[in-house]
Amino acid sequence: MSRAGGTGEPAGAQPPTPGALRRALGSLTLLGESPVAMVGAGIVAFWIVIAIFAPWLAPFDPNATLQPFAKPGAAYAAGAGTFWLGTDQLGRDILSRLIWGSRTVLFYAPAATAIAYAIGIGMGLAAGYFRGWADELLSFLANVILSFPVLVLYILVITTIGASGLNIIIAITFASAPGIMRIVRGLVLDLRNREYVAAARTRGEAAWYIMLVEILPNARGPLIVDACLRLGYVVITIGVLGFLGLGLPPPDPDWGGMINEARPVALAFPHMTVFPCIAISSLILGFNLLADGLREISLRD
Amino acid sequence: MVIFVAKRLALMALTMLVVSLLLFLLLELTPGSVATKVLGPYATDEQKQLWLAANGYLEPLWSRYIGWLGRFVSGDFGQSIRFKAPVADVLWPRLWNTAVLGFWTFAIMIPLSLALGVLAGMREGAGLDRVISVTSIVTTSVPEFASAVLLSAILVFWLGLLPGTSPMTSGFDWRQLVLPVLVLVLYDFGYVTRMTRASMAEVMTMPYIRTAELKGLPRRRVVVRHALRNALIAPFTVITLQINWLLSGVIVVEYFFAYKGFGALLLEASLNQDIFLIEACAMIAVFVAAATQTAADIGYTVLNPRIRFA
Repeated sequence: MSRAGGTGEPAGAQPPTPGALRRALGSLTLLGESPVAMVGAGIVAFWIVIAIFAPWLAPFDPNATLQPFAKPGAAYAAGAGTFWLGTDQLGRDILSRLIWGSRTVLFYAPAATAIAYAIGIGMGLAAGYFRGWADELLSFLANVILSFPVLVLYILVITTIGASGLNIIIAITFASAPGIMRIVRGLVLDLRNREYVAAARTRGEAAWYIMLVEILPNARGPLIVDACLRLGYVVITIGVLGFLGLGLPPPDPDWGGMINEARPVALAFPHMTVFPCIAISSLILGFNLLADGLREISLRD
Repeated sequence: MVIFVAKRLALMALTMLVVSLLLFLLLELTPGSVATKVLGPYATDEQKQLWLAANGYLEPLWSRYIGWLGRFVSGDFGQSIRFKAPVADVLWPRLWNTAVLGFWTFAIMIPLSLALGVLAGMREGAGLDRVISVTSIVTTSVPEFASAVLLSAILVFWLGLLPGTSPMTSGFDWRQLVLPVLVLVLYDFGYVTRMTRASMAEVMTMPYIRTAELKGLPRRRVVVRHALRNALIAPFTVITLQINWLLSGVIVVEYFFAYKGFGALLLEASLNQDIFLIEACAMIAVFVAAATQTAADIGYTVLNPRIRFA
């Protein structure tokens, strides 16, 4: 579609590419400037595809107990199929659980990050734009929450309100929003004195309109980089919580939880824990490489 | 300078006060649930009422908080339900074990990451820089629990070199300390290396470095005498703040290797709702984190004259 202009067709023959789509395509080609970002985007895209097509890709039902302690590559004795990555101590196929587990992490990580961003951006805009006591109060609260070692905060919150998908999102929002607020506040402090903000104020635009329409879009560069890094951290967090037994309730597959469940027998059967570790590390690596590449690109221009 | 330090310390005290209030509200807002946690789920209502009256839980919230805070500051953390002993007796030995773990982690991580960061930042974009940068991204992407699994699979299961757990039941054992330290170093060194590299690369573009090179000084002397002093200011802050991350990391590592440290204690207390032990552990964790943050701020100001005299 982006090549339509170059094929010599009359300009009016095709509907013009909508602005948002063209911009998305433009940023994709920008991604091509950094090989690091491309590799990162490739890894993330790989897991997204796996998550979307999980029902067709997984060879077995992820929760079915088939044949305990099968080694990687062992054939299913009582039926058709091979356990390419082996089975766990309950006899569930590890490959199928990995494939379905990608759905869990790729749903909860972006959801929690998005909600944390919505709240963090709101707080940061308010603190940076209004200054005064609102800024003092919000910044102090952010300092208090950020002074907790982050895992201590997660453990305290989750053991108090209980382990469930919603509570994990709440805990991640609670722990991440202050950090996001600090970044947004810093950006807004810089942008609020620009001429176009002064012009908007003279036009009599409402404060919320200036913050959301005039300031926020111009702060997006550093925020996109931070969001990629933060997605990596949130994936770690979800994994750690699962590993500590504070993650999503069983039996549905969750990478961190798989490691925790297989831990008692892991020293005799490493395949049960090694493959989930590789899966989660590769996804985090994808987000980190993407963030690194994007930062490189944004520094270039 | 004195005013600055006093301000930072006052801010830290205020932060700790708010944290203590938050913790108190989170854990002790309703006296009934405290009694249930202390006496167990099978206690009768009458027993709970007697316990509440005997321990001053029938007083209003604010007077309970002040009493709690007073006892806490004087070092009386209450009784641990799980260990059937005063919290302080359980806590201090565990904290010492974690300090040992943290000391060795830092003793290895700091020289390693500074050296790698300086080497990478000396010639930005060179082959060595690429290798170090990619390595540090990859190791930072493997969370502690994953590297613990992978390293145990290789060093314990496959090669059989090291013990797979570190409970230290029969006295201190070096071999049991290797894997926990290795896991913590592996996860932490990448970040410090990248920060050192960025700081070094920035300093290397400064005009005074070009001057030193143009007047014919050998490269080694330019790096060691001219660049390093300014390049190491930023990593100082980063390293100090790593202590905050380490407090999260030790929870995972100690749980994985069954090391009897502070992080495992905090987790055990939280999972068992051992309320007074949770309070003490959380307060100490935040105290250490806030104290290192304050030390980082003060140290940065001392090291960087441009800020000190601004």
